[in-house]
This record gives sequence, structure tokens and C-alpha cells, in this order.
Amino acid sequence: MIKLDKVSKKFGTGVFGLSEVSLNVEKGEFVFLVGSTGAGKTTIFRLLIRDTLPTEGDILVNGWDVVHLPKNKLPTLRKNVGVVFQDLKLLLDRTIFENVLLPLEVAGAGDEEAAKIVDSVLGLVGLTEHKDKFPIQLSGGELQRVAIARALVLSPEILLADEPTGNLDAATSWEIVKLLSDINKRGTTIIMATHNRDVIKSLGKRIIHIEKGKIVDEEKGKRISGKHQDKKEEKVEEERE
Amino acid sequence: MSFAKTAWKNIRRSPYQALAAILIMTLTFLAISFFTFLLVGSSKVINYFESKPQVTAFFRNEASQGDINKLENQLQATGKIAAIKFVSKDDALKIYRQQNANDPLLLDLVTADVLPASFEISTVQIEDMGTISNMLNKSAIVSDVIYQKDVVSTLTTWTSAIKKIGIVLIVLLSLVSIFIMATIVGIKISQKKEDIEIMKLIGATNWYIRWPFLTEGILYGIFGAVVGWAIATAGLLYTTPFLETFLKGIPVLPASDTDLLILLGLEIVFAVFLGAISSFLAVLRYSK
Repeated sequence: MIKLDKVSKKFGTGVFGLSEVSLNVEKGEFVFLVGSTGAGKTTIFRLLIRDTLPTEGDILVNGWDVVHLPKNKLPTLRKNVGVVFQDLKLLLDRTIFENVLLPLEVAGAGDEEAAKIVDSVLGLVGLTEHKDKFPIQLSGGELQRVAIARALVLSPEILLADEPTGNLDAATSWEIVKLLSDINKRGTTIIMATHNRDVIKSLGKRIIHIEKGKIVDEEKGKRISGKHQDKKEEKVEEERE
Repeated sequence: MSFAKTAWKNIRRSPYQALAAILIMTLTFLAISFFTFLLVGSSKVINYFESKPQVTAFFRNEASQGDINKLENQLQATGKIAAIKFVSKDDALKIYRQQNANDPLLLDLVTADVLPASFEISTVQIEDMGTISNMLNKSAIVSDVIYQKDVVSTLTTWTSAIKKIGIVLIVLLSLVSIFIMATIVGIKISQKKEDIEIMKLIGATNWYIRWPFLTEGILYGIFGAVVGWAIATAGLLYTTPFLETFLKGIPVLPASDTDLLILLGLEIVFAVFLGAISSFLAVLRYSK
């Protein structure tokens, strides 16, 4: 589904954002990309939607050769890969409903059909009652869910979530991860970047460690003992209350 | 329709910029309408003079009907005559009486004997007037020749000067409005930079982003054209009674509704063109 082959990205300053990163993500997988700030997680996401081009290497996304994709096919690629941006990138002068509607507008969906889809996605992320509010009226966790809803509204096969729990408390973080996990169960391939180890360990998914632009370690689907996880969930529940 | 909606929202949210854009367009179309009225009007006046009897030749009292007929045949033989009309002394008196019906003193003083008989001649082409008037001058029975060459040539000079000034002014104003509108739309694009970036990241095509700005420019153009035309037309209708008196029966006014609507139509087409060009310039310049 997603393949990076010896991808390097050298920035204008001469610093390598990524060096010779190779990565393979299968269809339907949920992968955590873990590393400290500046490790290159966001750079990988930017490369996957060709917000930037690699200095070397090849990138395949859902069968598209991203590096050599003609410019006029770019919108098609981006419509097929949902992204939850680290800074969310919501339009502040539009309501939640309009923000989530935007990708459908861009894709040229009919008004009525689009409204139905938006309503159902807002239901999925639990924001139906906030649909007519503006981003400034919502909490951090709610805004994350708006960004997720917007990324999902075109039913992409791939969802990239860049630090979706970055500024959230443990309870809300857990809600977001659970939401992403549910979406993954419906068949969407998900890559989630994070530096929050607590969040990921509980889920038992594949974890890719990245440091200073290199993949340093991979853990395959190791689930921390069930007991431990239950405790964790209990703890989260407590915090939520 | 969502492009128009977005464009309308953009206009509403920055009313001063919108007002500046519409005003410069209004000024441009006010000038276009004004000069169109002037040019159409003056060309109608010229046509009127060209179709009127151009040369008037007054006969001496001793001219006999035979001599007059002979002269008429000579003139017809040149093939340059469109129409020729003989005005006898009695006809001249009738015309004189009509013109001075309100002044009994003038009427009493004049009899048919005082007034000369005359030919009113119009030529096929305006350039032939000189030849014809030379011919008449040489004739022994003609006392005096008047022709309106001077009137027409003065008018023609004026019209072509107005045309030149009008074209220069319209071209300049069109350029000014293109640049001002491009700047205004450019500012709006800069303000929306972040939104544009977001839209691109979620898969918007370039045209999806450009259309609202193009629509906005076109709307400014149309508003400006309609307002400019309306002001000029209102001015024309208001001054029509005065101008009609001034033009003394030359059939220029009132302007027909159809012609005015055709002008509005053409102006809207030109406004759409101006609006689209300026926004497109802005889009190319600022949306990189």
C-alpha cells in the first residue's frame, strides 16, 4: 500500500531530514511512527502527499509513483490520502460542518449527498451537536476530531495522522487513538506519528522508531500483556472521570 | 454556483476594497458610455448634413427658365448629383414666411421679387461638392453659391479629435482599472494564502482555487459597467430636452432604448473581459 525505498530528504540548509529510509506498510495496517520532535515523522507524511519531493529514492502510495506523478494528478493523490495535520489546518472562518465539507466541495460532490456524508462522519467522530460552531469555540480534543472527520470524509484508503494527540491530556488522547483504531477496523490503512509512548503501547500495533531521520527500530505488533493494558485503560477511564 | 457564493462572501467581507474596484470600473464605463454618446451623436449630425442639400445656388433676377433648365441638364450630365430641387421666388417667399411667422414687420417688408430663386443640390459624394460649386460659380445666371462643406469638414475634424481623445482615455482607464483590480484581487489572494495552502493539501485543483477570484473580478466589472452606464444614460436623458433645442431639428435625439440596451450589453461583455483579465493576472502573480 505504502512503500518508501531508500528515501532521503536533504533540506536547503544541507541538513538531512531523512536519510535512506525504507518502509513498507500493508493494506489495512495500523502503524505507529514514533520519534522525538524533529526526527522526520512529519517529513515522511509530507513526502507521501508530495507536499515536498525527496532528494533521493522512490515512493509508492496506493500504486502511484509519487515522485514522478504528473502535477495534474496531484489533487487525485491527495483526495485518496486523508491527512490529519499536526497543526490541524482548519479554516477558522468556516463552521465545523463547512470544514468537514471542504474536501467534498473540492471533489465536486453534489450538495445534498455531501451534506449526508458530512453528517454521518460527524456522527462517527461524535461532533454532531457542534456542527454549526466555529473552530474557536471547540476544545483541543474536539478540534482533533474535526480534523480527523475532514480527513475521513472522502473515504480515503489511507489515513495519515500527524501527532493527533500532541496537545491532549491522557484521557482525550486515548479517545482519539480509539477512534483511529475503529476507523482502521473498517479497512483504512493508518499511519500515526506520535512521541507519546503511553498511547501506543496499549494498542499492540506495529511501531516504527525513527531518530534523526533514520529508522532505528521496529516492533511488530507486540502487545503489552493484556493485564497491563486493562490497567492502562482503567487508569484512563479514571482520569476521564 | 459555489464559486459565486465564495466570491460574494469575499466581496462582503472586504467592502472597501470591493468599493474601490467597482468605482474604478464605474469610471471606466462612464467614460466609455459618454464617448460613445458623443461619437454616435456627432456621426448622426454629420450624416444629416451630408444628406441635406449640400449646395445652394441663387439665381440672378434676369435668369430665364430656359437658362435654368439648361444648367440643370448640364449638372445632371456630370453624374455626381444625387438630387436637385428648384425653389422658385414664390417658394422662397413661402419658406421665408414660415421661418418668420412670428414677426409681421419682417413679413411686410419682403415680397417675392426681393427673394432669389435657387437650386438646392445634394451630391452623391461629399467630395464632389467642390466641383459642382465651381461649375455653378462659372455660370452667368448664378449670383451666389453657398455650400456646407465647411460645416461638414469642421464637424469631421471635431469628431475625429473626439474619437482620438476618447480612445486614448478609454485605453488608459481600462489599463488603470486592470492594474487596480489586479492589485485588489492580489491582496485578497495574499490574505487567503493559508486557506489556499490548506485547500491544495486536501486535493483542490488550481482551478478550484482560481474560480472564486475570477468570479469576483468579473462581478466587479459587471457592477461597474451597469453603474457607469446608468449614470451616463441618466445624464443623457436628463439633458435630452436641452440638447434637442440646441440641435434645432437635427434628428439625433432622443436615443432609442434598443441602442442604449445594446450599449449596456456590449459594455457588460467588455466588463467581463476586463474583470477576468485582471483577476487572472492577480491569480498568476500571487497564487504561486
